[in-house]
Amino acid sequence: MLQGMSLACVRGDRELFTDINFSLEAGGLMQVSGPNGSGKTSLLRMLCGLSNPAAGEIRWCGTAIRSLGGDYLAAMTYIGHLSGTKDDLTAIENLRISSALAGSEINATQANDALRYMGLGGRETLPVKVLSQGQRRRVALARLLVCKTALWILDEPLVALDVMAVQLIQELLEQHLKQGGMVVMTTHQEIDITAVSIMQLQLA
Amino acid sequence: MWIIKRDLLLAVRRQSDVLTTLFFFIIVVSLFPLSVGPEMNMLRTMAPGVVWVAALLASMLSLGRMFSNDYLDGTLEQMLLSPQSLSLLVLGKALAHWLVTGVPLVLMAPVLGIQYDLPVDALFVLTVTLLLGTPVLSLIGAIGAALTLGLRGGGVLVSLLVLPLYIPVLIFGAGAVEANMAGVGFDAHLSLIGAFLLVSLVFAPWAAASSLRVSLE
Repeated sequence: MLQGMSLACVRGDRELFTDINFSLEAGGLMQVSGPNGSGKTSLLRMLCGLSNPAAGEIRWCGTAIRSLGGDYLAAMTYIGHLSGTKDDLTAIENLRISSALAGSEINATQANDALRYMGLGGRETLPVKVLSQGQRRRVALARLLVCKTALWILDEPLVALDVMAVQLIQELLEQHLKQGGMVVMTTHQEIDITAVSIMQLQLA
Repeated sequence: MWIIKRDLLLAVRRQSDVLTTLFFFIIVVSLFPLSVGPEMNMLRTMAPGVVWVAALLASMLSLGRMFSNDYLDGTLEQMLLSPQSLSLLVLGKALAHWLVTGVPLVLMAPVLGIQYDLPVDALFVLTVTLLLGTPVLSLIGAIGAALTLGLRGGGVLVSLLVLPLYIPVLIFGAGAVEANMAGVGFDAHLSLIGAFLLVSLVFAPWAAASSLRVSLE
């Protein structure tokens, strides 16, 4: 269970948001929405522990994520604006290395299957720099197929994806939620996901 | 470890980065005998200093790339979010940096030393000091690279931050070779460089990891 207790974010002398409270149960989806510059990415970076909230506390299963450290990171996958892929490495190398870094090593067959599922069949051994923006996004999102984490934090996962891929990701998210996972995401697109609980967090 | 393997793989895919450092070292070291003239005694006395300064500058040349590429494509973020210890990852990256930039210098140094008419045992001492000293350069450099991450004009700043910390290694590295040529024992110099290596092995990854966390916040 992920909880946010009266979170605040300050950038320079501007207060982006104050007093954000939420509680996300297993199987729940939280969609963070708000206009550009309202602090969606800042909130997500706080939730994954990359930055500290100006006030308040984030708790995972009742304990502050600061004190959990690696245990929390092992239960969480974050995919941000930047794809986190290396241009000079092939799709398959990227996927295997990022999975190993995230603490779950996978073999070449697993990586191949994941990339094929993401519609990158036949392009696994191309360096990522020759792929299109949407294909790079697919390589980054393929990590979701092979990770075994409970909480997914996704910052604009659907950007640059075509209709088929959006459909694919929605199915993937639904399946993850059905198995008791949790998803926190931002998106400007309409999404159509059924889950036990869907929360909207509106930032001013 | 995965991170070392990854960085080496990237270095193989992007050989120009590695070769730039190596050629810079070779060119600087080779230009001195040409410009100073073929006076053997003078060349012999200045050899250790020239080789060490060139190694130091060559290693600094590639410091900027240590984290900045990973920072720009978001892979550094993923490293910070890895359940593995960030200090260990930084240590892995520093070791990969050394394997890519330091080891070629160590291997080239005895060949280049011949241009300075260094005796065989002095060449040996020079190689040993570089072997012990270049990892220190990579480790200390990691702190500077992490501190200046994402700053404009970080290249100049990293030199200012890192050079003072490089100086002891430079003094004792070149000093060991001079001591050997003067017929004095060089054990003390080597022990001191070894001590620098051990201290930086323990503290540099930790310091660089903390700087990375600050830089990415």
